Amino acid sequence: MLAGYSLGELGSIMAMQGFAGLILFSVFVLMALGLAVIFGQMGVINMAHGEFMILGAYVTFLTSKLFTTYLPQAFGVYFFVAVVLAFIVAGALGMLVEWALIRRLYKRPLDTLLATWGLSLILQQVYRSIFGAREVGVDQPDWMMGAMNITNSIQIPINGLIVMVLTTFIAIGVYLLIFRMGWGKQVRAVMANRAMAGAVGIDTERVDRITFGLGCGIAGIAGSAFTMIGSTSPTAGQLYIVDTFLIVVFGGAASLAGTIASAFAISQARSTLEFFLSGSMAQVIVLLAVIAILMIRPQGLFVLKVRR
Amino acid sequence: MSDDAHAPHSLFRRRLMQGLVALPAAAMLPRAAWAASPATAAVNTTGLAVTDDTVTVGILHSITGTMAISETGSVEAEKLAIAQINESGGVLGRQIKIIQEDGASDWPNFAEKAKKLLASDHCAAVFGCWTSASRKAVLPVFEQYNGMLYYPTFYEGLEQSKNVIYTGQEATQQILAGLDWVNRTKGSKSFYLLGSDYIWPRTSNKIARKHIEAHLTGCKVVGEDYFPLGHTQFNSVINKIKLTKPDVIYAIIVGGSNVAFYKQLNAAGIDLSKQTLLTISVTEDEIVGIGGKNIAGAFACMKYFESLKNPNNEKFVPAFQKMWGANTVIGDVTQAAYLGPWLWKLTAEKAGSFDIDKIVAASPGIEFKGAPEGYVRIHENHHLWSKTRVGKALVNGQYEVVYETSDLVQPNPFPKGYQ
Amino acid sequence: MTFLTRKDMLWFVVLALVLLIVFPLGLETFRLNLFGKYLTYGFVVLGLVLCWGDAGILSLGQGVFFGLGGYCMAMFLKLEASTPAATKIQSTPGIPDFMDWNQLTALPAFWQPFHSLAFSLVAVVAVPTLLAFGIGLAMFTRRVGGTYFAIITQAFAAILTILIIGQQGYTGGVNGMTDLRTLLGWDIRTDHAKMILYFVNAVLLLGAALLSHVVRRSKLGRILVAMRDKEDRVRFSGYNVAHFKIFVFCFAAALAGVGGAMFTLQVGFMSPSFVGIVPSIELVIYCAVGGRTSLLGVIYGTVLVCAARAAFSEAMPQLWLFAMGSLFILVVVAFPTGLAGVYRTYLDPRLDRLLPWLGRGRAPTTATVERPMHAAAME
Repeated sequence: MLAGYSLGELGSIMAMQGFAGLILFSVFVLMALGLAVIFGQMGVINMAHGEFMILGAYVTFLTSKLFTTYLPQAFGVYFFVAVVLAFIVAGALGMLVEWALIRRLYKRPLDTLLATWGLSLILQQVYRSIFGAREVGVDQPDWMMGAMNITNSIQIPINGLIVMVLTTFIAIGVYLLIFRMGWGKQVRAVMANRAMAGAVGIDTERVDRITFGLGCGIAGIAGSAFTMIGSTSPTAGQLYIVDTFLIVVFGGAASLAGTIASAFAISQARSTLEFFLSGSMAQVIVLLAVIAILMIRPQGLFVLKVRR
Repeated sequence: MSDDAHAPHSLFRRRLMQGLVALPAAAMLPRAAWAASPATAAVNTTGLAVTDDTVTVGILHSITGTMAISETGSVEAEKLAIAQINESGGVLGRQIKIIQEDGASDWPNFAEKAKKLLASDHCAAVFGCWTSASRKAVLPVFEQYNGMLYYPTFYEGLEQSKNVIYTGQEATQQILAGLDWVNRTKGSKSFYLLGSDYIWPRTSNKIARKHIEAHLTGCKVVGEDYFPLGHTQFNSVINKIKLTKPDVIYAIIVGGSNVAFYKQLNAAGIDLSKQTLLTISVTEDEIVGIGGKNIAGAFACMKYFESLKNPNNEKFVPAFQKMWGANTVIGDVTQAAYLGPWLWKLTAEKAGSFDIDKIVAASPGIEFKGAPEGYVRIHENHHLWSKTRVGKALVNGQYEVVYETSDLVQPNPFPKGYQ
Repeated sequence: MTFLTRKDMLWFVVLALVLLIVFPLGLETFRLNLFGKYLTYGFVVLGLVLCWGDAGILSLGQGVFFGLGGYCMAMFLKLEASTPAATKIQSTPGIPDFMDWNQLTALPAFWQPFHSLAFSLVAVVAVPTLLAFGIGLAMFTRRVGGTYFAIITQAFAAILTILIIGQQGYTGGVNGMTDLRTLLGWDIRTDHAKMILYFVNAVLLLGAALLSHVVRRSKLGRILVAMRDKEDRVRFSGYNVAHFKIFVFCFAAALAGVGGAMFTLQVGFMSPSFVGIVPSIELVIYCAVGGRTSLLGVIYGTVLVCAARAAFSEAMPQLWLFAMGSLFILVVVAFPTGLAGVYRTYLDPRLDRLLPWLGRGRAPTTATVERPMHAAAME
């Protein structure tokens, strides 16, 4: 299909395609990070992850409405406020859920999966009752729309760039939090050996609650960011959940680095194949490859060595 | 919250309240203007749920699950039509009672609920279904229990059942006029076909491709791509479009993917005022989610737009918004759903009976002059004669009608030469 | 060794009476057909009792096996419905309608064997079992288990759904395989046929319950429970844990396949909405509500949840998700042993007092198998 185009044209398409891959990578990381934090550190699968993302999206929607009504002159920067609010609201709900539900189930991690599934049904219906079953439109300020012209023929989506920057910040933030700060040490200690961590004086319950809240908060940020590139509706969380789970599973669930590596692998494969094949076909091939690799390496790409 | 109309919370609450209040209100309307009401035994010989003063119908749409996004408008339109019919004296002197069931975006569940509506509730007619998959799932049920389904969505054709009246357009009605128009007025020669990966976009694109290659001189298809339902990442295909530079992007993407596609198209710097884009899947309902700014300039080809100027529509739009909220938009399918109860009423009155076989026999030739889209008539093949229109998307989320066929377009669910 | 105690026998007979007499007499035909549909899920939850309740392996991909069984059956029925005479308006008569819509001009090779009913019936069981064997071999021999196994099976469910939807020329896509009419010339759509299929289904289900019971009461069943509670000790005793896990996973898959085939026959079509994540989780929830270690409990649980769901969604279509969501959470948090647990704690002791002759002849293994399973969920 590349015959008949000039070298210049091909060059700019390749450049843009490279960016498309990077943007997809950022989107995937953003989607999966919250889930990976919770699963990796607590061994809990949060099936309501998608709904926490959509909570972030609805918070963004409400923020944009508030700004249009009360602060129209500051509409240009509402998004940053919305991201912070999305983190706080989703994180707070996450901590509430941890307190009310999850902590009762730590001895039965498989059951948390079922309980959070019930939670996701309830949240979907809550959104539907409050915001209506239809999609809501989240307005963006003009500067966040359109493309940045790097050269005449190379254009980079601005919303994609924002997602990339946001993802970078959050990934670095999570890294610092978990691997460089005292609190992260506590988290890792609890993960390695809960009883021993408790014995040396770590408040394991508090660590759990904050970890869960952090994971949900990141999901909220992801949802907030995805208002730029996707739809906001009660069931939109379901659109992301399959990819999210695949990435976490493929990465080897207990490892954040694995999650990032797997997001990179899947996004690059998908983005390249989509360019040369039809979108459906590309996804099928990527999924078959993922299955094949999982069959050979069922623990995923990265395995954390833990003594069982 | 000083200003109600702009404060999101109270707006939603109000919309919710209106919805809740409207139902009992509709049921309690004064039963004025009684038409001469014939004896029950005469109008119902097959054991349908008809009493001396009521007749029961079913509404079967998804109000939960992913399809609730699209199907909500249809439910609202059907309820409005039924409320209006009741207000004007009902059908054959009987008030319409509604039994609503939730299809829950799950096809087997649609079949289960359809069976309940027919076998257990004995509904005289059912208004419902949205996706082709749900229609295919309930079709055997309607044929087995001899029910009557009014199906509102534009769809791929290749189907005709005596138990279904298709109030939306079938594929050739919707597609051909639009392609001819874009070729004639824009001089477009090359087309890039896009779609979600299921039967309707695939069949529609097949028809479009045959038409482009066989009937439009010098025109060609430069690309064709399909994406899984719910796909949210379109940057790669947008690059492909940039490389092939088609005159027209022909997009049949549905559901949540739509929002992602148009937002990313806009973000990739494709300006729809310069690049022609023709879609048959984006109604005003979808634009709410997409955002007018992201899609302004695109053309849509369907039979109804909210902005249509005619006396029927000027009554319909305010009535709809009075019942469901001033900000509710009305898309093509919503209007087609509104036709269902009216067509059924007219048919029942012509047949002088609720019996399904008599309704089926009386259906061809039924005219509805009060249709918001203007005028429709039921064809022998149970689809509607209707005009096809092209609208241009505006920033405010509405379409401006730029073209309309001069005559009604004949429905042709099994088009020769397009299969 | 006694496989059935008197009490087991009593409850089994009660279930048989409920399925074969109470339901058919008490329900109108259309409801009975619905209950027939619910009972097809019963096959899956029986498998889950062994797999999850006993062996502690939670599979969130049972919908895959159910769907595969259903698709194998549907392929046979679809071919039978697509005679050249019935499909003469197509551009290629004689192939299923969805293939024609997708520009296929010949029947794909992998469809050919499904002209034979015998082959299809074997495939109903064999295809899910083989897939389960493949997954089990890859996972269990590398000691993958617990939550991670659960989400891998879930990923399989997601992937298979996307494959089926994407390959619509071969599988019918989102619509699935619809408009199935006859089985060897016998019209499966009539009320009479539905009634017969209901009884076939009920009898098969009772048979499956009995078979599962035999497996549980055997030595193998006790090893499964031992594995769940202390996997390493079983391993150190010289058993190959992976083999037992693979067996029980395949057993559950085979049962699910049978359920899927019965589903197709009774409902008249098969669609990918039965393969994905959502139905797979729902099946697990049915099992949890019934009580994951009780074969009879899960069957009642399944029927109860499905009926409740239908009732909720008829009574309050706007709000039934709240009711279902709360039910799931309530069961998991407050009644992890489900209906069967309630029965064992409150009813069983009373029953023993009331009818002391039932308690005699109790099989010695009962206590071990039905021990409350607090440790079940963990590796």
